[in-house]
Amino acid sequence: MIRINCPYCGERDHSEFSYGGDATINYPSLDASEKEWTEAIFFRKNIKGFQFETWHHSNGCRMWLVVERSTVTHEIKSVKPCHPNLQKVAENNK
Amino acid sequence: MKTRRLDNYGKINRDKILSFSWDKKNYKGFEGDTLASALLANNIGIVGRSFKYHRPRGIFSSGVEESGALVTIGSKDRRDPNVRATTQELYNGLEASGQNAFPNVNFDLAGINNYLGRFFAAGFYYKTFMGIPPLEWGKGTAIWMFFEKFIRKAAGMGSASGLPDPDTYEHAHDFCDLIVVGSGPAGVAAALEAAEKKLDVILVEQDSLIGGNQLAENDFDNSQIKNQLENLGIKIMTRTTAFGLYDNCVVGLLERVTDHISAPNVNIPRQRFWTIRAKHIIVGAGAIERHIAFNNNDIPGVMTVNASKHYLNRYGVLTGKRIVIATNNDSVYETAHQLSEAGANVTVLDSRTNFEIETNKSFEIRKGYVPYNINGSKKIDSLDISKNETINKSETINCDQVLLSGGWSPAVHLLSHRGVKPKWDYNNACFLPSDTKENITMVGSSRGLWNKNDCIASGIAGTTDALNRLGISKTNYFFPKPGGWKNPIQPLYEVKYKKSRSKSFVDYQHDVTTDDVRLAHREGFISVEHLKRYTTLGMANDQGKMGNIIGLSLMAELLNKEIPEVGTTVFRPPYTPVSIGALSGRNVGKHFRPLRVTPMHQWNIDHGAKMIEVGLYQRPWYYPKENETLSDSYIREASTVRKTVGICDVTSLGKIAIQGPDSTEFLNRIYSNGFSKLEVGKARYGIMLRDDGIVMDDGTSWRLAENEYFMTTSTGEAAKVMSWLEELLQTRWTDLNVNVTSVSEQWAGVSVAGPKSREVLNNCVDDSLVVTNNNLPFMGVTSTFLKGNIPCRIARISFSGELAFEVYVKSDFANTMMDLLWANAKKYDGCLYGLEALGALRVEKGHVTAAELDGRVTIDDVGLSKMASTKKSYIGSAMRKRGVLKNNDREILVGFFPTNLKETFNAGTIVCEKNNIKGQGIGRITSVTYSPELGHWIGLGFVKGGLDKWKDTNLVGADPVRNKQMNLKVVSPHMIDPKGERMYA
Ligand SMILES: [Zn+2]
Repeated sequence: MIRINCPYCGERDHSEFSYGGDATINYPSLDASEKEWTEAIFFRKNIKGFQFETWHHSNGCRMWLVVERSTVTHEIKSVKPCHPNLQKVAENNK
Repeated sequence: MKTRRLDNYGKINRDKILSFSWDKKNYKGFEGDTLASALLANNIGIVGRSFKYHRPRGIFSSGVEESGALVTIGSKDRRDPNVRATTQELYNGLEASGQNAFPNVNFDLAGINNYLGRFFAAGFYYKTFMGIPPLEWGKGTAIWMFFEKFIRKAAGMGSASGLPDPDTYEHAHDFCDLIVVGSGPAGVAAALEAAEKKLDVILVEQDSLIGGNQLAENDFDNSQIKNQLENLGIKIMTRTTAFGLYDNCVVGLLERVTDHISAPNVNIPRQRFWTIRAKHIIVGAGAIERHIAFNNNDIPGVMTVNASKHYLNRYGVLTGKRIVIATNNDSVYETAHQLSEAGANVTVLDSRTNFEIETNKSFEIRKGYVPYNINGSKKIDSLDISKNETINKSETINCDQVLLSGGWSPAVHLLSHRGVKPKWDYNNACFLPSDTKENITMVGSSRGLWNKNDCIASGIAGTTDALNRLGISKTNYFFPKPGGWKNPIQPLYEVKYKKSRSKSFVDYQHDVTTDDVRLAHREGFISVEHLKRYTTLGMANDQGKMGNIIGLSLMAELLNKEIPEVGTTVFRPPYTPVSIGALSGRNVGKHFRPLRVTPMHQWNIDHGAKMIEVGLYQRPWYYPKENETLSDSYIREASTVRKTVGICDVTSLGKIAIQGPDSTEFLNRIYSNGFSKLEVGKARYGIMLRDDGIVMDDGTSWRLAENEYFMTTSTGEAAKVMSWLEELLQTRWTDLNVNVTSVSEQWAGVSVAGPKSREVLNNCVDDSLVVTNNNLPFMGVTSTFLKGNIPCRIARISFSGELAFEVYVKSDFANTMMDLLWANAKKYDGCLYGLEALGALRVEKGHVTAAELDGRVTIDDVGLSKMASTKKSYIGSAMRKRGVLKNNDREILVGFFPTNLKETFNAGTIVCEKNNIKGQGIGRITSVTYSPELGHWIGLGFVKGGLDKWKDTNLVGADPVRNKQMNLKVVSPHMIDPKGERMYA
């Protein structure tokens, strides 16, 4: 079982969370072209090793988190809030 | 074979006599017996029939690796099949019976299968009964369907009761620093060392007693060890199996709480399913003795050497009178000595010629000899032996038991669950655990250590390893080298039988013979994983604990390779079977999943509602009067709404509070239609698309104040929409100043619909002016008070096509609101209506729900193009016209009438052209209802090209599942009041 260390709730079972997706995508602006949107929502790298992905603590604090996880071993290197302002707060509180 | 209880042996409690039954006959045993030891003490040798050939089978082992003594325990709804007699503790009144035999294991009519062996060889099922690719639905399939039940019965295991399980099961959780699996010398040493270093330790033991294989020693007493462990505060869990290791040091345990008790307290669960989250795991799971493949090596009376030692020293049962031990290693000699001391006549065949062993000469050793063939069928009459150099029968020894030791396999299973491949050790002829970066350490004989002192040293080293990895210490340590016997083991897996057909079993439980392995090789199934599936080797509930290595060695020989080049199968959880009951725990029956009810749930039931499940919610389905059926009731309810007024609980809709200065901008981005100009005090119907342009959900948003909205979503998508809004705000549009809060549970909602709805509401609000057409026009919103000073929100929203209002109050006021509305609705001959009538009303009106918005349709497909703003960009706007979404043969929302208005149809009907009734047709019907307004059945659905293309054509509705077919007419989805004059009234 993957255990995720939520910055707000502490280490919890992955069953409390919902997987989001690739956390490194920069979604284009709403008026961007179909081509740009196609790139953003359909094309994904199939990473072997560590990747940044979003998880929603849906049965917890409801925060969206960026989790740096190995797709091979499930090892988790880091967990941060998605929102950049909250990331800063989390950094400062360390 | 003659097995009997000895007076001066064993650690059973002879003061406590237990009676039990085997195949309906009564026997006696003692407290501390397993079912297997009690059967042996009563000289019962045949306890089962084999899987395919129905050969008589006895007890092969004394533990979890058992592949012969699988029996059925209990009766009626407590019948538990495929229980290992070797691990089932005896209790007073235990009922056990043999399985896979008719009429019983001693005389089994299907024993004839033994002579039809070639029909049951490897791959038999595949060859005989499967369709021939690529014609998968071939002749074989039909034959299989006919014969399946007979074959399953003939080649089978015990059967389940088929009745609901009367027992309860529990899920439990715990945390610790260190979990130690196995209470042998290594595990105990590790646990003690860790507890002394102040770690929080759980020690898990599958047996009822701690001690591991020491329990087979004649002078072993575990009471002192137990005290030591307890004094250090170690949590000891016996009768508990660590069945699987998972990510992040999570261990799955199965605790058998009452399986050993004759009349368990009904208030305690039968088993507990534990999830342990540890920081480090030490596995001292021991090693499992292997058998040797030779002809008739399955006759009752064949057993592992270590099992015989257990029966003698733990249970006081001598398993034979004239015993032949066949070995290739040193581990058997102590047992040989003890068996002869106990009165048996013992001969040891050792395949090795060049070795030294100290004995007191109480038994004979035949160096360089191997077992060749057992004579006998239900019992052993004699054993043909052979010289190991040149395999052939050289002489025959009269005996009643053959004990085997083909070497030992460390129990690397748990480590294998983590994807760590074991490595082959040539010196010890076994797989040893490899190192892992995870916090798991293998100790004792599960890392190939054969003597006790090495095991203890490895336990202490294991804990030091754990402390280092946890950053608590930095101490050097070393593990003893694998091995520990004086003379090296000589690999011996099979003694080849010279005659053409042999029954040399590799996997007893699934009746896999050495010939089956060779056949698989001849037919090209040479990879280990193919071999496993083709022959079913290692796939029974012992999971090949005894036979896997033998199978591998045979394949290695056939391929002219070494064992490690052939590979090993990956072990997966569970280590031993886990009952479905334990997996489901308390989540059974009504507790299978959460139940959601609205705050007026009881009110609805008290007023005659029949309920229906919608997702997790219980919603009113219909409110029958007297003898009304479902259809009588919903037709009356829907007609009443159109004629006067109806009240419907709509609380299950998702409700989200959206607050903050950027709320309007936010809504404008997530909805396809414009929200920037929505005035305060107005609501708007909106559609949300996904990023890829497909419709996600629809609902309404009410502007309560400049920076505050109240959003409703569909019942089914409420959770998804909430997560989606949070995701957008937290990951994508982090500059927007908006807060979203789920308020679904906080508000109770009701729809008041029908031409008299305003009059009803008028009587219910404090200030009757608030609901006039002027003050509350179509899509108007107001925050006001119901009589009794109850704050409420009212919006003039219609789902039925009638003049209608949605009224929300705080959940605590739900019943008061219902009482008030219902008292006034009755004055106008109104009704309560449920989901079925709601469905009828919305289908008549052409409103889409989840049946239509199924994650495949675009805004244009459902005829709501005008909801797609051209003045702004929004989620999905770039993608909604992409590629296939703009094809002009897409399926478009339409209404359907049966051509003959007396006919009916069902949702799921496939719409076809008249002369082309096949495949997926040109469309489908998604929702149907009887229309009280129109007086016949109507449907909503999709058809390629939509209304314009088919409005004058007769189509056919094909419903092959219900064997129905009807002619159809395509009509506008807005089947009543298309201009909406009623809503605006
Ligand atoms: Zn959290």
